[in-house]
Amino acid sequence: MSVETTELSETGAVPAKEVRPLHRVIIRFAGDSGDGMQLTGDRFTSETASFGNDLSTLPNFPAEIRAPAGTLPGVSSFQLHFADHDILTPGDAPNVLVAMNPAALKANIGDLPRGAEIIVNTDEFTKRAMQKVGYTASPLEDGSLDGYSLHPVPLTTLTVQALKDFDLSRKEAERSKNMFALGLLSWMYHRPTEGTERFLRAKFAKRPQIAEANLAAFRAGWNFGETTEDFAVSYEIAPATTAFPAGTYRNISGNLALAYGLIAASRQADLPLFLGSYPITPASDILHELSRHKNFGVRTFQAEDEIAGIGAALGAAFGGSLAVTTTSGPGVALKSETIGLAVSLELPLLVIDIQRGGPSTGLPTKTEQADLLQAMFGRNGEAPLPVLAPRTPADCFDTALEAARIALAYRTPVMLLSDGYLANGSEPWRIPEPDELPDLAVQFAQGPNHTLDDGTEVFWPYKRDPHTLARPWAIPGTPGLEHRIGGIEKQDGSGNISYDPANHDFMVRTRQAKIDGITVPDLEVDDPHEARTLVLGWGSTYGPITAAVRRLRTAGESIAQAHLRHLNPFPRNLGEVLARYERVVVPEMNLGQLAMLLRATYLVDVRSCNQVNGMPFKAEQLADVLEEVIHAD
Amino acid sequence: MPTELALTVKDFKSDQEVRWCPGCGDYAILAAVQGFMPELGLAKENIVFVSGIGCSSRFPYYMNTYGMHSIHGRAPAIATGLATSRRDLSVWVVTGDGDALSIGGNHLIHALRRNVNLKILLFNNRIYGLTKGQYSPTSEVGKITKSTPMGSLDAPFNPVSLAIGAEASFVARTIDSDRKHLTSVLREAAAHPGTALVEIYQNCNIFNDGAFDALKDKQQAEEAVIRLQHGQPIRFGPDLARGVVRDAATGDLTVVTVTPDNEADVLVHDAHAASPTTAFALSRLADPDTLHHTPIGVLRSVDRPVYDTQMADQLDLAVEQHGKGDLAALLAGGDTWTVVG
Repeated sequence: MSVETTELSETGAVPAKEVRPLHRVIIRFAGDSGDGMQLTGDRFTSETASFGNDLSTLPNFPAEIRAPAGTLPGVSSFQLHFADHDILTPGDAPNVLVAMNPAALKANIGDLPRGAEIIVNTDEFTKRAMQKVGYTASPLEDGSLDGYSLHPVPLTTLTVQALKDFDLSRKEAERSKNMFALGLLSWMYHRPTEGTERFLRAKFAKRPQIAEANLAAFRAGWNFGETTEDFAVSYEIAPATTAFPAGTYRNISGNLALAYGLIAASRQADLPLFLGSYPITPASDILHELSRHKNFGVRTFQAEDEIAGIGAALGAAFGGSLAVTTTSGPGVALKSETIGLAVSLELPLLVIDIQRGGPSTGLPTKTEQADLLQAMFGRNGEAPLPVLAPRTPADCFDTALEAARIALAYRTPVMLLSDGYLANGSEPWRIPEPDELPDLAVQFAQGPNHTLDDGTEVFWPYKRDPHTLARPWAIPGTPGLEHRIGGIEKQDGSGNISYDPANHDFMVRTRQAKIDGITVPDLEVDDPHEARTLVLGWGSTYGPITAAVRRLRTAGESIAQAHLRHLNPFPRNLGEVLARYERVVVPEMNLGQLAMLLRATYLVDVRSCNQVNGMPFKAEQLADVLEEVIHAD
Repeated sequence: MPTELALTVKDFKSDQEVRWCPGCGDYAILAAVQGFMPELGLAKENIVFVSGIGCSSRFPYYMNTYGMHSIHGRAPAIATGLATSRRDLSVWVVTGDGDALSIGGNHLIHALRRNVNLKILLFNNRIYGLTKGQYSPTSEVGKITKSTPMGSLDAPFNPVSLAIGAEASFVARTIDSDRKHLTSVLREAAAHPGTALVEIYQNCNIFNDGAFDALKDKQQAEEAVIRLQHGQPIRFGPDLARGVVRDAATGDLTVVTVTPDNEADVLVHDAHAASPTTAFALSRLADPDTLHHTPIGVLRSVDRPVYDTQMADQLDLAVEQHGKGDLAALLAGGDTWTVVG
């Protein structure tokens, strides 16, 4: 197959090409970790979002910043699923793969169904580069890709050629090849380009020549698609107008939504936001984002370690801030002792765990849900705390507000379990109006709350609200309420040190009762056909589970679905819901942690469906598993 | 000193029974701190004591101010969050040699380098008391304890040297039994903007009794203690016969007998010197075993930007540059699209 390298700047008569309508498409951009694939994917996503498609993304990259070039471990990819209807996942198998080098082709070809389109950068398919990843013959010529629709494009050469009038070295010019690829794909899928042009001008505002070079490469890619005969067809995916309720939308990733949720919670509570944090993948973006919003009164403190991050946050909580610490699983392990202190002090504190593959350092850039039991029980003593998990990237916003509500109302540390998939993935989000947000107003203690036998009015820091069992929040600076709190067991009421056995028993049970008594919404079940099988998930598995359920229902199967946001306490009706179904399946990206809690709490024989490969479930595979359960004897 | 608020030592005593061992040096420090507090001229509610774990860390319970008895080693981190978010408070950390220098060493050095507005009182008794007598990171080499029956092997920290090395802007040392000196050092620490570290030699009469006798016995102390006063020649000993001079060959400091010939060479103490070099050299004069030539007083007190002030300034500047945060505008961001119902 030959590639026609037409004059790129030529905008003369172009034969009309076929435009084919599609309902949805899954594209994967793959290249070296230095090739700018994440940026390319982000830009294509933004174009797609502004066009009005529904979308879902899956960035997938190595933990190394620049893994050895051209190797399989160095491959970075970005998958995007977009459609004219509402979709739930980044898609199981790409329809289109853009492979910037042999490693990217080799690492991703296994995920492609036959017939998929592959755009390869032929310039990188040198003998040496192919040998590096174990190709003895060129896969572009040995017939192994015959089942696919292959588009060999000398991306590097074309980019360099397009930039020949710029005063750039070849190496510098080559770096724009990702923009050439983006331009080509933008043409193929009729994406609006204004956003990318604006973005490039802003990104390289201080280096206008680089901005113009990238723009030139981007346009050259577009023109290449339009003029070359190899790309005979382009595709249209109409906006998903009926999929969304009316409103103003933007594309948002989980970590960004979480950061915004925290700022919104601070405003709704009328408390200054304080973040104590130590950099850790995949949570650092929240620290970065919040540090940009000091004009909201946000204080961000990059601590010397994970322990100091939460320590500073707890100190700020004592002082009356909405205090937050952000981390991932290894950081939670280090923070455990301070979380226990927060349980004992009964101060509001948000602990945000962006879960990643474990144990130990594990898979820093991959996703997993294996910190649930750590969140529940990873402390010495009886140290219960509320645990919540968002279900989609945009849901991180609402879950942050809900976590803040519980922390402030019940004066307790709260664990929020997001994960790498939600953190980096993105989807359209209907932007709420500030007046739609919940009221999180808190009342600090103002005066004495207890009368001693001799009639003296005193302040008792552990005298509780009879309904919530929350203790008063008396912040330093309040006259007359001077008090001391600490990690040693306290006398009920007065808060003075107490080693009394009966008091300790009472306090342990009271702290548990406070958490157990937290008001959480009932679990909603989606069950249109009175099914016998229930699939129950939590956290980021919502997308794949819902997609699998849709497949099954489309195929005529009956299955009920429910998804937990509150892991502790569970919704009041959960036991009753579980009892309604003959079979309950719990898919989790761990070895059955929620299943263990459900079995222990409700004595229900739930079936686990587990995957711990660092990637989200694929809807098709999940549907197969659920179908088996539905039809099991 | 009378204050506008007219608070007295009584106002700073909490209703809790003090539970240190009878004879513990902590009592003297508590009395000195409670006695000094009225001088601050601050309302009780604006003072917070934060501690870690150890005998000394029970201190907040006995102060009728706000207080937190936290977890082992973490008090500087917790106090940092409090002080940075509440600049209206006077935040004090009470810690011990194990708490501050072993388990909490990392937080201590980072608090010092950041220069958060904290006053850190480090009670150094050169032993673990609450866990009943293991050697500590300030114990002398060869210390026989329950955990080191054949003698400890590790070299001790000199907390003052450590603090100076950690970029501390204020470092002082004092002794539990010398109330006058202790109070004068507290006064200077309280007036210092930024982190102030005060090492207080404190006797544990149960597990390390007499550890500082060389500095307390009147006769021995004359030879052993170097009392530093800013602007004064560094002289000590009977009739101030001894002095500290700089060795021309090495640049190091040495102790000499003062004579008319060398009197002019005696170093004049400059606590405010920009360079920490001389303060560090002074801190190295003390013999870790005998404690001979131990300098006490304010070794270093320099002005440096204060972390919490700078953070507040950044917040103000952000408002100045971008206006007060507008949530609706933030959430909307740049690229949006509208779906009409």
